[in-house]
Amino acid sequence: MGTTHLPSTEFDGTDMDDQLEAEAEAHLGAPAEPMVQLLGPDGTLGSDPVFSKYAEKLDPGTLRGFYADMAKIRRFDVEATALQRQGQLALWVPLTGQEAAQIGSGRASQPQDYIFPTYREHGVALTRNVDLAELLRQFRGVSNGGWNPKDTNFHLYTLVLAAQTPHAVGYAMGIQRDQKLAAAAAGRAGAEPAEPNAAVMVYFGDGASSEGDVHESMVFASSYQAPVVFFCQNNHWAISVPSSVQTRIPLANRAKGYGFPGIRVDGNDVIAVHAVTEWALEQAREGNGPVLIEAFTYRVGAHTTADDPTKYRGSAEEGLWRAKDPLERLEKYLRAQGLADDAFFEQVRADGDELAAYVRKTTHDLETPDIRTAFANTYVEAHPLVAEELAWFEEYSAGFADEDTAAPVQSTEAETEVTEAAN
Amino acid sequence: MTTMTIAKAINEGLRATLNNNPRSLLMGEDIGALGGVYRVTDGLMADFGVDRVVDTPLAESGIIGTAIGLSLRGYQPICEIQFDGFVFPGFNQITTQLAKMHSRSNGNLTVPVVIRIPYGGGIGSIEHHSESPEALFAHTAGLRIITPSNPHDAYWMIQQAVDCQDPVIVFEPKRRYWLKGDVDTENPGASANPFKAHVLREGTDATVVVYGPLVPVALAAAEAAAEDGRSVEVIDLRSISPIDFDTVAASVRKTGRLVVAHEAPTFGGIGGEIAARISERAFHSLEAPVIRVGGFHMPYPVAKVEEDYLPDIDRILEALDRALAY
Repeated sequence: MGTTHLPSTEFDGTDMDDQLEAEAEAHLGAPAEPMVQLLGPDGTLGSDPVFSKYAEKLDPGTLRGFYADMAKIRRFDVEATALQRQGQLALWVPLTGQEAAQIGSGRASQPQDYIFPTYREHGVALTRNVDLAELLRQFRGVSNGGWNPKDTNFHLYTLVLAAQTPHAVGYAMGIQRDQKLAAAAAGRAGAEPAEPNAAVMVYFGDGASSEGDVHESMVFASSYQAPVVFFCQNNHWAISVPSSVQTRIPLANRAKGYGFPGIRVDGNDVIAVHAVTEWALEQAREGNGPVLIEAFTYRVGAHTTADDPTKYRGSAEEGLWRAKDPLERLEKYLRAQGLADDAFFEQVRADGDELAAYVRKTTHDLETPDIRTAFANTYVEAHPLVAEELAWFEEYSAGFADEDTAAPVQSTEAETEVTEAAN
Repeated sequence: MTTMTIAKAINEGLRATLNNNPRSLLMGEDIGALGGVYRVTDGLMADFGVDRVVDTPLAESGIIGTAIGLSLRGYQPICEIQFDGFVFPGFNQITTQLAKMHSRSNGNLTVPVVIRIPYGGGIGSIEHHSESPEALFAHTAGLRIITPSNPHDAYWMIQQAVDCQDPVIVFEPKRRYWLKGDVDTENPGASANPFKAHVLREGTDATVVVYGPLVPVALAAAEAAAEDGRSVEVIDLRSISPIDFDTVAASVRKTGRLVVAHEAPTFGGIGGEIAARISERAFHSLEAPVIRVGGFHMPYPVAKVEEDYLPDIDRILEALDRALAY
């Protein structure tokens, strides 16, 4: 890798405005590094010596499914953002712009694979058949999880960045052991192992790539050749900090330092993302060790609904990435190839509205849990301190039992003290 | 009944676990061919293979983090952190991930990871090798923390930690690794519950609560006090989270005086928690304030002066004098 391939942004450490400007320019142009792209922004399908064969396997129904999924999750994103604005959610983490990276990779996984997301992977959740309304529990403040990962092999969101990456490697190490045990058992019985091989895929971003846990998990994955795919969505911004602060080389190149393949793929090209991920998961399942995928994409919206991107990046940059929109390019392709007509796109829109209505209603109906469930779930086994505090809480709460019917409401001891102090 | 050291007892306990529980495995730095820097895992890799006794990369967060992943897949990892002062690169994984997984999954997931940490001073070592960070973990809900003080407990507690479906940290008193004692490998006897305190010596004038490395110190202090005509009860706490306050309170109701000693600094420590709880539960039985004996509010000092830092027999006797002066 010659220095001419390094990202164009260089820091002189003097002028932040210049730096931001240079950063924006870097984003405006084509990425300096080669990356796998099959479906260009203009909707024409190119070729790749390794990955075209994966694209060729995709039938029209699957391609339409990719589009339907991306449109559905974008509509969901809009709805969740609206719900936050209406005060129904405490926070929302929008994914708009990253639909191809998430749908393409998620659709490449198989049911027996296990997925560890960060917290923006709503599109991957869709591909794993997680009820999207359940995703909102965490953001409504009624659960720290919301779904049972055992139902879908889609783990809970993890908010401490990169903390899930060693979990993924450990899970993959468990799969390796399961396979050995199954092979030994099958060997004794003179049969082939019954279960299909599984792999793990873990999502993180360009920001999280700087966390030590990513390094440690890549070391472990490499050392034990664990069946894990590291899927990095480089969406260019870690809240307000550009990806160039996290890395001076393409993130995919880091894999070489750990001794496994790293591939940068156009993260807005759902066909290429799907192809590369399918290949990587095959590598992992077949025992060839880990793969790092860097999906080169862009967070078109804010980091969260509490963020204001106008403080740190220009609208021109956002506009240029909107021109690389993952949905538009697939729509162009589907229409040009005669694989989808107006009726299809109309149906997709109607399905999206139906989903939005469902999510709206379900969110309003999400029950607030009883804090007793928190007492119950702190430990698996009985715990005397928890039991003692719960008993105190029950007794304390019982003191308010008549509050609704009592008139007038009696002041508490504390309030009395405050009143006396004020007097 | 077999006589063995604490280190050997843990080794035998781990061996029993690996034999009895096919999904258990050991992970840590230098635990394989070397058998651990304290040889606690000596010979286990040779007998159980590299998939069950895993020499890991030198990365504590990676060790705990991958152990969490293995447990999510149905395995029961037993991690060794080489020294107390080296647990902190794994602190995030322990406190934000391991401790909370069951709770945040609404009870759907369990992560029964065991973490073994040799702790405490008195070995003349260089910095970061003599610390007692148990209070930092005891403050985190979701974790259980136990610490054996003798070989019999060591043999059983490590197995009980693996059997427990909650994450358990086993703090091992490293300066007592070579302490010998009888181990009944057939029957845990009174040690059947690792979360229950043991009254090791009965007395009527004052209670001394200790755990881990200070247990022999407290017993010696009680013996010395007896020569002065004072009857001191000694309790081995055994479990730091949860704490068996019932046993401590019952003793204080009898003796009226309580001294708590640990190597960790007293400020924000386990002794303070015991003092507060006992003052709530047994206020009318107390004849004197609960007195704490522990490390000073300073980084663990250099080895040449650690004797001035560590609670010893005289420090405990001095505290007893103060308690009995009321």
